[in-house]
Amino acid sequence: MTGHLLEVRGLTAGYAGAAVLHEVDLDVPSGTIVAVLGANGAGKTTLLRTISGLLKPRAGTVRLDGAEIGGLAVEKIVHAGLAHVPEGGGVITELTVADNLRLGGLWRRDVADTAAATDEVFQLFPILRDRRKMLGQQLSGGERQMLAIGRALVARPKLLLLDEPSLGLAPRITTQIMELLRRLCDEHGLTVLLVEQNVRAALAVAHHGVILGLGRIARTTTASELLGDDALRHAYLGF
Amino acid sequence: MDRFIFLTVDGLSHGAIYAAFALALVLIWRGTRVVNFAQGAMAVAAGYIAFSVTRATGSYWLGAIAAVGAGLVLGVLVERGAMKWVGHTNPLTAIVVALGSALVIEAVLGMVYGVNNRPFPVPFSQTKFTVRGHPLFSPYDLFVFGVVAAVLIGIGLLFTRTPIGLRMRAAAFAPETARLLGVNTARVLTLGWALASAVGAIASLLILPTGFLNPTAMDLVFVSAFTAAVIGGLDSPAGAVVGGLGLGLVLSYASGYLGSDITSIAVLVLLVLVLLVRPNGVFSSTAVRRV
Repeated sequence: MTGHLLEVRGLTAGYAGAAVLHEVDLDVPSGTIVAVLGANGAGKTTLLRTISGLLKPRAGTVRLDGAEIGGLAVEKIVHAGLAHVPEGGGVITELTVADNLRLGGLWRRDVADTAAATDEVFQLFPILRDRRKMLGQQLSGGERQMLAIGRALVARPKLLLLDEPSLGLAPRITTQIMELLRRLCDEHGLTVLLVEQNVRAALAVAHHGVILGLGRIARTTTASELLGDDALRHAYLGF
Repeated sequence: MDRFIFLTVDGLSHGAIYAAFALALVLIWRGTRVVNFAQGAMAVAAGYIAFSVTRATGSYWLGAIAAVGAGLVLGVLVERGAMKWVGHTNPLTAIVVALGSALVIEAVLGMVYGVNNRPFPVPFSQTKFTVRGHPLFSPYDLFVFGVVAAVLIGIGLLFTRTPIGLRMRAAAFAPETARLLGVNTARVLTLGWALASAVGAIASLLILPTGFLNPTAMDLVFVSAFTAAVIGGLDSPAGAVVGGLGLGLVLSYASGYLGSDITSIAVLVLLVLVLLVRPNGVFSSTAVRRV
């Protein structure tokens, strides 16, 4: 039980009518990166949306750092230490970079630490400091993704959910972002649950891989084993 | 020339009030994509509170404070009591619920106070200052400009300089993202309604002294403010202000030079023209959309 920052048990969820996730069990050990892999429509995004509370679970439990968060309002789950960067980043394009970052830490009481966290984000992404007065819509795709991740880090989350951070980005930028995640994990103990189409890039930095197929967990194993097992790769990941 | 100056001042003075009322509509539209058709009735209810408190205490200012407070409370009541439960699948539903709320409020006011016209208290003289024989502004005109300017600056500062304003903008632009950043969007929405309703109450305090108080006293003002907001693009606080002032001038000149019967038709003609030529409003560029 100990050591798992996120524990999902028997999670069933979906949209009006059909369930998308069926009794999903998932553990994310503290201080690791877990990659959720699977074909389009496997339920990866639904899994993240249910964990962060955007979708109400129909059954099952979600525990974050020992506390049950399943069924809570999104903002309560955020206050409990979860940050969710949605597909595309969710940068608010009508607001400036500085306002986007400010929003990330606005709910926290510790103003001094939020300022320190913002400084750390500027060190990670110096380009954001240069562009802090620009509107979100003026940023490139890579910059938006950096802003989205930076904005999540301002809240000093225990768990970061990342949905397709590589979407629409050049391979070089994707590699940068993946390496950054690993560094945040190794040096700052950040725990990440990563959904990614770019399987190679994801498994290059992840500790564990979880294969989701048609809303069920098909396989959970270490990233290196996933990469090393040709049969497994062919069967589930198609390369 | 005197007549032109008179009409211009009168137009700006009314236009400033339309601007404040239009701003209240824009605040709610930005947050919820709902045109608050109950706004006129809510504002007139606040006006009756001011009337009662002023009659009981003899103080205009206590009445004004009570009206603004009543506006805040009424905004919360209408949002939490009715609008919150409206689904977003069909925009018409929200309009019907808002119109229904307006009818309920006006009916209750009619039962409590009766439907006859009552004079509304005036805090300052409405007699114009004259400069070399030309009548210019009355103290009351200056009061109107001052209050509207203070409201606009206050709202502007609230949106751009305070954490709650940032939350409101985030919730308006991207509700789901705002929630993922820990913003309680339901609370922010209620606050937006309270704020808009208080601004509406202030607008009614300013405009009722130029006419009479009765349960439907704000209906025509609502149509004018709605037109002003549409001219401004519904999404833009700055557009609402410019739209309100412009509309005030047009209506004043129309009634002054063409006859006062034409005012209500002129509003509708203008509304139709704007909807035909620039359906997104005259100021609906993204540059103006910023608060």
